[in-house]
Amino acid sequence: MATPALETHDLTVTYHKRPVLYGVDVTVPEGSLVGIIGPNGAGKSTLIKSIMGVVPSSGGWVKVFGKSLKENLHRVGYVPQRESVDWDFPVTVMDVALMGTYGRLGLFRRPGKEEKRRASEALEKVGMLPYSNRQIGNLSGGQQQRVFLARALAQDSDLYLMDEPFAGVDAATEAAIIALLKEMRERGKTVLVVHHDLQSASEYFDRLLLLNMRLVAFGKVKDVFTPELLQKTYGGRLTLLSEVADRAAKL
Amino acid sequence: MLDVLIPSSGAGKAILAAILLGAGCGLLGCFVVLRRVALMGDAISHAVLPGVVAGLIYSPDRSPIFIFLCAAAAGLVGAGLVRALMATTRLKSDAALGIILASFFALGIVWQSRNQQETVGVMNFLFGNVGSIDSSDLRMMMMTTSLLCVMVFFLKRPLLVVSFDEGFARGLGYPVKILNGVFYFMLTFSVVVALQAVGVVLVSAILITPAAAAYLLTDRFEKMLLLSMGFGIFAGIVGGVISAGISQIPTGPVITLAASAIFGVVYFVAPRHGVLAKLLRTSKRRRIVMRENTLKAIYQIQEAEGFAYEDVSVIMLAQKRRQTEEAVRKRCASLLKHGLVEFSEDGISLHLTSPGWKRAMELVRNHRLWELYLTNEADYAEDHVHDDAEKIEHILGPNMVRQLEQELDFPELDPHGKPIPQPQLAMQGLEPFSTP
Repeated sequence: MATPALETHDLTVTYHKRPVLYGVDVTVPEGSLVGIIGPNGAGKSTLIKSIMGVVPSSGGWVKVFGKSLKENLHRVGYVPQRESVDWDFPVTVMDVALMGTYGRLGLFRRPGKEEKRRASEALEKVGMLPYSNRQIGNLSGGQQQRVFLARALAQDSDLYLMDEPFAGVDAATEAAIIALLKEMRERGKTVLVVHHDLQSASEYFDRLLLLNMRLVAFGKVKDVFTPELLQKTYGGRLTLLSEVADRAAKL
Repeated sequence: MLDVLIPSSGAGKAILAAILLGAGCGLLGCFVVLRRVALMGDAISHAVLPGVVAGLIYSPDRSPIFIFLCAAAAGLVGAGLVRALMATTRLKSDAALGIILASFFALGIVWQSRNQQETVGVMNFLFGNVGSIDSSDLRMMMMTTSLLCVMVFFLKRPLLVVSFDEGFARGLGYPVKILNGVFYFMLTFSVVVALQAVGVVLVSAILITPAAAAYLLTDRFEKMLLLSMGFGIFAGIVGGVISAGISQIPTGPVITLAASAIFGVVYFVAPRHGVLAKLLRTSKRRRIVMRENTLKAIYQIQEAEGFAYEDVSVIMLAQKRRQTEEAVRKRCASLLKHGLVEFSEDGISLHLTSPGWKRAMELVRNHRLWELYLTNEADYAEDHVHDDAEKIEHILGPNMVRQLEQELDFPELDPHGKPIPQPQLAMQGLEPFSTP
């Protein structure tokens, strides 16, 4: 069997001693477009943040293309939530896209012609090249999201983790993003997307990861997009599990 | 080697000190402002006091390097304690900073008052005294500032990414913790460099104010760094010269006031983010709106009369606009200036020119399209849409209009049953009163 793009085993995350994600085991094959869905507070963002090591996991391990994340970090692109940054920051659209190329440059090397070309190409792909010199605060929400995507594209990774790229974007941007995701899949990239809209989830993705504090199901859309599994995912929080977790935290 | 650069006169020394502290604090201040850790700068600057006191007590020859190192150590311990407090309790940064800032400062004061003889010069460190800076202090300041500049030069991009988006920086594989540590190291050093000239109490002003002024002026990070350094140096020189000329005035407050004055000027005159520019933009906008409303009124009068007459009298216009004749004449003069109307020979009435017709029709169309959109697509009640459309009509661009028309399937009547004008047809010669 080919090496999976992403493999997690018993991935567990605790905030202030309170578990928010329990033992997630998932194996994502290369070239799949995966939607991560689940109710609010299910730990969707936490899952990809812990895969990226942005929030520390309290147990389990993550492998990317068969190696530890650290060894293969350059093959992973991360798109954080748009709200996570200050858009008044004095940088231009081009500056942000260029950040995608910094990973390979290390701490001290300056971006040269090749990096600028890659950043321009990425901006072109998301239709933001004409705005290169704009300060990022002077953009609409959809445009800001496109800039974030361009930054990830400039990284030229093989596995992408995206946190709610469809949140607060206009319909045109949503369509553009989904076209881009499908094109990325054609080129053999693996993409995991945190998604909040159940309705479009079955059309957009070819695999779904149903999450509610623990992994409910992972598989092809036709296998897991079933009333029973959705009911299991969205049918309220696991009352007993979170109560016990609360008590354990107080000990 | 550095001694060549050190001027012999007192004023020369003061100016060099001002340049050094302005440059160092200006650079670091940009990161402080953008990372929103202004209070951290304040806390570090107060936390260095016990270090200064220790340096004065334990260094019999008052070696500036020794005092510097003690102060820096105290500052770093303070910053570390703030972080530790936040990590181990549920206190947020403001409370943690408040506690550490006050405790360290108080500790410094108490310790100093128990050792008054050894710590004679402590006032210079509290409120700043450029005159007390000698060659060995300057040498130390030069080394530190050069070090800071070199570090910022080499680490500018990683520091920028970490400040902008820490999560992404981690994803890039940057050593985020180390970079944050380096940042607080540099911040402490820049505070300590400015200490003798500005004083513990006001150091944070020279750190924050020039950078804040630069931030209002530009949207580019490199420019912000340069401007901030420039403002810092300027404030330093002004403060240094004034306080050297007039005895009894400590340097710190003068430098701080100079920086505040720069900020005040920038606050008003900054081209994009300044108050004056915003006022000008609003008032220009308002004038355009008033002018366009007058233009629209002319069209509406014409429409009510079935486009039977070419001219509209100024009095009628005043009635329609519910304004005095004088006020309306003023608006009409502005319309005339923009070539949108022409007056009759006696000056009693006026008519729209060809561009005037076009703009008037556009405005009425925008207004009615928007009303229709609100009632049809957004489910507004008919009597709720007028006020909103009054604002929107002035800002709808051609693209938006095209989208609206498509979405509404090229409507002919507005929700109140009035026809939606079509300026694009009118321009092909179908306008009322078109001149042959």
